[in-house]
Amino acid sequence: MTAISVQNMNVWFGTGALRADAVLDVSFDVNEGEIFGLVGESGSGKSTILRAMVGLVPTWSGTMQIAGETLGKKRSQAFFGNVQMVFQDPYASLHPRHTVDRVLSEVMRLHGIADVDERIVQLLDDVGLGAGFRFRYPHQLSGGQRQRVAIARALAPKPTILLLDEPTSALDVSVQAEILNLLADLQQSQGLTYIMVSHDLGVVGHLCKRIAVMKDGEFVEVLSVEAMRRLEASHAYTKHLLASSIQSVS
Amino acid sequence: MIEPLLNVENLWVRFPSRNADFDAVRGVSFTLGQERLGIVGESGSGKSLTGRALLRLIQSPGIVEADRMTLHGENILHASEARMRQLRGGQISMIMQDPKFSLNPVMSVGQQMSEALRAHKKVSKSQARIQTIKMLDEVAIRDPERVFDLFPHEVSGGMGQRIMIAMMLLPNPKILIADEPTSALDVSVQIQVLDIMDKLVRDRGMGLIFISHDLNLVAKFCDRIIIMYAGRIVETCKASELRQAKHPYTLGLLNSVPNLEHPRDRLDVLKRDPAWRDAPSVSACQ
Ligand SMILES: Nc1ncnc2c1ncn2[C@@H]1O[C@H](COP(=O)(O)OP(=O)(O)OP(=O)(O)O)[C@@H](O)[C@H]1O
Ligand SMILES: Nc1ncnc2c1ncn2[C@@H]1O[C@H](COP(=O)(O)OP(=O)(O)OP(=O)(O)O)[C@@H](O)[C@H]1O
Ligand SMILES: [Mg+2]
Ligand SMILES: [Mg+2]
Repeated sequence: MTAISVQNMNVWFGTGALRADAVLDVSFDVNEGEIFGLVGESGSGKSTILRAMVGLVPTWSGTMQIAGETLGKKRSQAFFGNVQMVFQDPYASLHPRHTVDRVLSEVMRLHGIADVDERIVQLLDDVGLGAGFRFRYPHQLSGGQRQRVAIARALAPKPTILLLDEPTSALDVSVQAEILNLLADLQQSQGLTYIMVSHDLGVVGHLCKRIAVMKDGEFVEVLSVEAMRRLEASHAYTKHLLASSIQSVS
Repeated sequence: MIEPLLNVENLWVRFPSRNADFDAVRGVSFTLGQERLGIVGESGSGKSLTGRALLRLIQSPGIVEADRMTLHGENILHASEARMRQLRGGQISMIMQDPKFSLNPVMSVGQQMSEALRAHKKVSKSQARIQTIKMLDEVAIRDPERVFDLFPHEVSGGMGQRIMIAMMLLPNPKILIADEPTSALDVSVQIQVLDIMDKLVRDRGMGLIFISHDLNLVAKFCDRIIIMYAGRIVETCKASELRQAKHPYTLGLLNSVPNLEHPRDRLDVLKRDPAWRDAPSVSACQ
């Protein structure tokens, strides 16, 4: 079954002479239970694709089907029960005057999740924070702690599809490992579908089977993780990306 | 002996609360010369607060205490707020971990960069614009003239980081504290940005504190490394000797890095030993 189908997506900002095209004729399908990776140059349009999917950028054309729903301008309440996004910039997605407890309980009440109390404790535990962080405000958290609250909030309404924009780039490697293991476990036990944006090929390669490479708003190629490991890229940009990543780990 | 750029002895950052005070930084000591000093450590270990304490940017009710905190021999622990404002941005700059949050949302990025430059250097408006665009170009921003007029919410995550870096480097500080400056950048852009910082250290004798959770990056890029755990320094070494690190925490961090070429089903996670927290902080003075 196809969980996500995007055909001929274009996304732009501004009009007339000020128009900037951020995404150009992008098409891809993601199956239920698949983890699809998105890598590419900074500013190439990765976040914009995810933001258009959740309805944050109105200026797009093409067709999008997610979780059986054909998307128009607005997203229904049920859509956000199914589809959640972790934003690249955790500060922007957390209300500065709401405690962690409030952030998590509001999203659960909105989507009719029972046992809110128990689940908050469980979620905080899952993301490696623990109940001690429950009544903190965003400014009382470190960068990585804020990012983990954002991940907990996305998981809270029990979505089936998660759009993850650099979910672990603010995290140190040990916490990153915990989060990646958690995402892998959830995917296996509940068959979740993810799209994962990351600039770290090690991270993408760890979770994803198929990976799209972006440059200047376009998909330059889609390749399997095995091909990526064997450095079998056809496009010059992918080759360049792989070469610089390999150099940097050794 | 020449006076180091920065000299910090027994630095504490404490948050008083009704129940029990929380000590986020617990007695760290280090010096910074004209070098690249890396600070690594897990999330919440006190890296950012150490950086912010040096600029005296800890929000109340937080308290900063130290036996000594000097910049070029000048006592900055007790300097007036007016003096600190002079030093911040001009002498000692910090690239914050949340770049977009640190930018003014209602002013174009170019305008705020130019104004920041003009606050510390005597240059005309048009000169500031030229220098700003040149700096944006240096941090590998494409089409810098278009980006000059964008607002912070209109730039991508990686562009935001590079804008912040460019803005902090413009006034040519003596000391730069870079808090996870390249965490949103792919390796090829990362290398370009690091080259710029590197040049400033080599050619202009800047001192750089480079906070990062990326051990491989720090090992390659820095001269010395401080490894923090629970507000203390558990180990310090030459960057080239990180692979020979001895502390089990450092080894644990090294082992949890996913690697494209050597896939594993599950990643190792750290098993934390309560004794790590109690061991006294190691001095990283030179
Ligand atoms: N609201 C906006 N108004 C104008 N331009 C925008 C807006 N949002 C994004 N852009 C532009 O769209 C392009 C793509 O941005 P996007 O955030 O999708 O990049 P990205 O691939 O996620 O990059 P990064 O890896 O740096 O996060 C950039 O050139 C950016 O300046
Ligand atoms: N205003 C505050 N009140 C109480 N505790 C705070 C406050 N600000 C930070 N802390 C705590 O201090 C500790 C150290 O925070 P710091 O931001 O220095 O961590 P860090 O090492 O930079 O982590 P990260 O890699 O996640 O950014 C954290 O446990 C954090 O929750
Ligand atoms: Mg992005
Ligand atoms: Mg930090």
